[in-house]
Amino acid sequence: MGLAKRIIPCLDVDAGRVVKGVQFVDIRDAGDPVEVAKRYNEQGADEITFLDITASHEGRDTTIHTVEKIASEVFIPLTVGGGIREVEDIRRMLNAGADKVGINTAAIHRPEFVREAAERFGSQCIVVAIDAKQVSAPGEPLRWEIFTHGGRKPTGIDAVGWARKMVELGAGEILLTSMDRDGTKDGFDLALTRTISEAVVVPVIASGGVGTLQHLVDGVVEGYADAVLAASIFHFAQYSIPEAKRFMADQGVEVRLAP
Amino acid sequence: MSQTQQHVAVIDYGMGNLHSVASAMAHVDASAHIEITQDAEVISRADRVVFPGVGAIRDCMAEIRRLGFDKMVMQAVKEKPVLAICVGLQALMAQSEENDGVDCLDLLPGEVRFFGTDRTDEQGHRLKVPHMGWSCVEQTTAHPMWQGIEQNSRFYFVHSYYVEAADPQQLVGRCVYGKPFAAALSTDNLFAAQFHPEKSHTAGLQLLRNFLSWDGRRG
Repeated sequence: MGLAKRIIPCLDVDAGRVVKGVQFVDIRDAGDPVEVAKRYNEQGADEITFLDITASHEGRDTTIHTVEKIASEVFIPLTVGGGIREVEDIRRMLNAGADKVGINTAAIHRPEFVREAAERFGSQCIVVAIDAKQVSAPGEPLRWEIFTHGGRKPTGIDAVGWARKMVELGAGEILLTSMDRDGTKDGFDLALTRTISEAVVVPVIASGGVGTLQHLVDGVVEGYADAVLAASIFHFAQYSIPEAKRFMADQGVEVRLAP
Repeated sequence: MSQTQQHVAVIDYGMGNLHSVASAMAHVDASAHIEITQDAEVISRADRVVFPGVGAIRDCMAEIRRLGFDKMVMQAVKEKPVLAICVGLQALMAQSEENDGVDCLDLLPGEVRFFGTDRTDEQGHRLKVPHMGWSCVEQTTAHPMWQGIEQNSRFYFVHSYYVEAADPQQLVGRCVYGKPFAAALSTDNLFAAQFHPEKSHTAGLQLLRNFLSWDGRRG
């Protein structure tokens, strides 16, 4: 038995409530983040990702408090992303009980931030989140670029080169979201996932587009993902974590079955 | 469960998140007094000691020595149960390859080595580094710390360097990632784990529960 492929439910949290946007626009409420995290923990999730999409400062204090509450009741790894801009933000999140932090836009503004963060806290807790979109035309060799602002703003940065650079600077893991697929339920961008996973030595979490349990299997088997992240299929009880794991195990994917 | 109130010192040398291990212990024994501390006095008075660690070994060793925890940990192991976690385990070995070679505390014989980036699994897929996630731990011998934990239970790991133990008698748990490595070592009063029990859900909480009632003997 080797290393299990991880299933990671993602909580998008705005001002203390779990929400999930369809392509970041249509937002539905899925409840109290502490209760949701506890439910996933009991169901046997391998990790939890908490993505803070709160814009306001007051909301940020709520986030710290929520992370503290989750960390005191949930004994699996917890990643917190969203609004991590400086070393002090990381320190606060780790002190609140996060095991890893996700860095996204701040790395684009200043890539050296990733090096500083990894040197200070260790690569094991630095996850770089990459939002990528296909930019090659049909028929051309596949190419993806980094986008910001929920996939609306191009940066002109090549996604594969960027992933490599982030790992060189000290990222211990890559959270890769296809902005073409996010919210569509059409499945992961498998070519993107596989390309990035083969380009870097650190684990890659596939994200964006999960609509069925087969998509999770595909992410691992065809996309070479080390972990798969999903939100809405779990939040609205379409599937439970044990159902997802049983399905993956039946398809030959090594997962952690009984908690 | 403990009969009397336990005092557990979690050694704080400024590296990483110590609240997880403290809150996981509080969760399994609400009556235990868990203290995150740098105070030599507190550590010497405690019934049990936790020696955690994350991050780069050179920085960890520098802080451990600067704050005098090297001597405190050596002393604690003579007197009471000590649980070392992750880099806490690696710090107890003779040497580490990380950061171009670092001398460690040399309490346990053996070396800390890099996984390397060219390993593959049985299917020929390249193994990612760090080794991050849930792997099975084979309990190579019976031990009070394994009580109530099923053989080959999965625990959560996150590390790029692994322990190659020189004394097979000290090996109590083995994991395989490309090749076998020490997941847990034990001597009298010491249980040292590469994995994170505080992040390993049911099996991890059971291990912490066992630690709170462990008398420090191996069997």
